[in-house]
Amino acid sequence: MAEIKLMKGNEALAEAAIRAGVDAYFGYPITPQSEVIEYLMMEQPEKTTGMVVLQAESEVAAINMVYGAAGAGKRVMTSSSSPGISLKQEGISYMAGAELPAVIVNVVRGGPGLGTIQPSQADYFQSVKGGGHGDYKLYVLAPASVQEMADHVEDAFEMAFKYRTPVLILSDGVIGQMMEKVQFKEFKPRWTDDEIYQLHGNWATTGKKKGRERNIITSLDLKSEKMEGRVHRLMKKYAQMEEEDLRFETIKCEDAEYLIVAYGSSARIAQKTVDLARAKGIKVGLLRPITLFPFPKKQLMEFTKQVKGILSVELSMGQMVEDVRLAVEHKVPVEHFGRTGGIIHTPEEILDALQQKLIKN
Amino acid sequence: MKTLDIIKPENLVYKRTELMTDNTLSYCPGCGHGTAHKLVMEVIEEMGIVEDTVGVAPVGCSVLAYEFMDIDMQQAAHGRAPAVATAIARTWPNKYVFTYQGDGDLAAIGTAETIHACNRGENIVIIFVNNGIYGMTGGQMAPTTLPGMPSSTSPYGRDTCSTGSPLKITELVANLPGVYNVSRHAVHTHKHVRKAKKAILKGFQDTRLRKGLTLIEIVSNCNSGWKMQPRQSNEWMEENMFPFYELGDIKVDGKMINKK
Ligand SMILES: Cc1ncc(C[n+]2csc(CCOP(=O)(O)OP(=O)(O)O)c2C)c(N)n1
Ligand code: SF4
Repeated sequence: MAEIKLMKGNEALAEAAIRAGVDAYFGYPITPQSEVIEYLMMEQPEKTTGMVVLQAESEVAAINMVYGAAGAGKRVMTSSSSPGISLKQEGISYMAGAELPAVIVNVVRGGPGLGTIQPSQADYFQSVKGGGHGDYKLYVLAPASVQEMADHVEDAFEMAFKYRTPVLILSDGVIGQMMEKVQFKEFKPRWTDDEIYQLHGNWATTGKKKGRERNIITSLDLKSEKMEGRVHRLMKKYAQMEEEDLRFETIKCEDAEYLIVAYGSSARIAQKTVDLARAKGIKVGLLRPITLFPFPKKQLMEFTKQVKGILSVELSMGQMVEDVRLAVEHKVPVEHFGRTGGIIHTPEEILDALQQKLIKN
Repeated sequence: MKTLDIIKPENLVYKRTELMTDNTLSYCPGCGHGTAHKLVMEVIEEMGIVEDTVGVAPVGCSVLAYEFMDIDMQQAAHGRAPAVATAIARTWPNKYVFTYQGDGDLAAIGTAETIHACNRGENIVIIFVNNGIYGMTGGQMAPTTLPGMPSSTSPYGRDTCSTGSPLKITELVANLPGVYNVSRHAVHTHKHVRKAKKAILKGFQDTRLRKGLTLIEIVSNCNSGWKMQPRQSNEWMEENMFPFYELGDIKVDGKMINKK
């Protein structure tokens, strides 16, 4: 009974949210992701599933609304694009500290500053290194298709509640705006009040029931020992994520002599490069991280036994390349290629870069 | 044995609300925050709504309100309590949701969240403690600091030419259609406490009617920030704050009160 539709990435994400039993969405318009809130407003899920959709007065308000609903045990999400995500960082840091489950979507555009409304992957550092203040990380999913824009919504909520942590879907203007076929899952009902009391009544602010202690949502510990303990607790979660919930994909890597590492839209483009290279007799494979944190460090190290060099391809001046280098500990040469400012590299440009930077010397 | 066990019920004239915890208040002796906390908790206890109440306290001296209020609470980022409360009230429409905010929080960094929550007519109660100063960070100037009033960032007194005049945000939001009740109170005398409590009670009751937002301003002292003895700070408040921040109803049941 699976429905197949032709949709934009942003719309697919919004539809998937309704179907995933999400309780609330809070957002603020910004290109190239405004279709998310526009779609939700058009669909009026408040009348069908009861999902609350509200246009906030700013991204700052939107992320704090997410904080409030998450702290009350609800499945809640927001989306924005780069400058808006920068504004949300204080709230995201508070959520990481207060250990709140929620989903944040960044449909990245070029920066710094107001930058460009064209696609980019230059928010990698902000996404995987923390972004806001303090010792924390997010679980980061990087969709590379409209199908994944839809699928990652439910995956993200699963992780958010498994670890009680904010999860970021790091998309970009290409994936958000392009139209592709997408297959949706069956509707999943929202949790009832009783289900929330049962599932989250031991931590969420759902009203202090007789016989239990009050529930407090806070990220504040004035005693340093307690604060250090809180951070250690977070680090344990991140270690568990690396053990249990790393996701990646390898394409034509079995006999590869060179490896391209790329995520999101760059991975889609680099897939074509792999074919172009192979037509020329160069054995290239693609490693596509699906999660950017956790990052496939061990897998990259394994590849150093097999490949002569690695090219990190990103729509930026080189951010993920630093993590690739850290992972392989200089065992093989690692180079970066990427266009920026909203320009999208072609498969041919990537192949040229691979040849010039890794094969010729 | 507790004191209450040896007092005959007919002789009991005052009982502390069970919704205040036994934790020692972190407030300076003489500060109005403790009384304001107690009033809110008394109202929740008397209405019997503790199982359905969620409080939100942002950064400020009352950031630790959850240590003293024995109810479910969220600590919010500086200025963002109205946004946090909006989401709780929207996703749990049967709950009573309130915020407890200082003047720096509500009228400076959180102005946008305050005005928009008011304008949307969120079904929440805002308890706004206006002490004319930033207490927690050590007595800096607030938007509500009186003209000529010294603070650590206006050591020669607030100069309205360069810093603007005190912001009467309460009067400002009263004009918004989403706001149902607005009043200004004090909690330094029994008489004032009774009036303030009545207003808080009405605010909580009215959120059930889903008529919109209730904002209750409590003009209070900050003896530490003002660098005064507690009693002296209350006198100073009566002489200087009350003439500027006039106590009383500003809007009741959606209607502006005309003051002649
Ligand atoms: C984003 C941010 N900026 C600044 C601060 C520092 N800060 C904490 S409380 C406060 C002022 C609080 O004053 P007010 O809201 O009037 O409450 P009071 O302490 O007087 O009760 C400031 C500036 C902060 N915590 N977060
Ligand atoms: S600093 Fe001022 S507002 Fe804060 S507790 Fe002390 S007297 Fe009260």
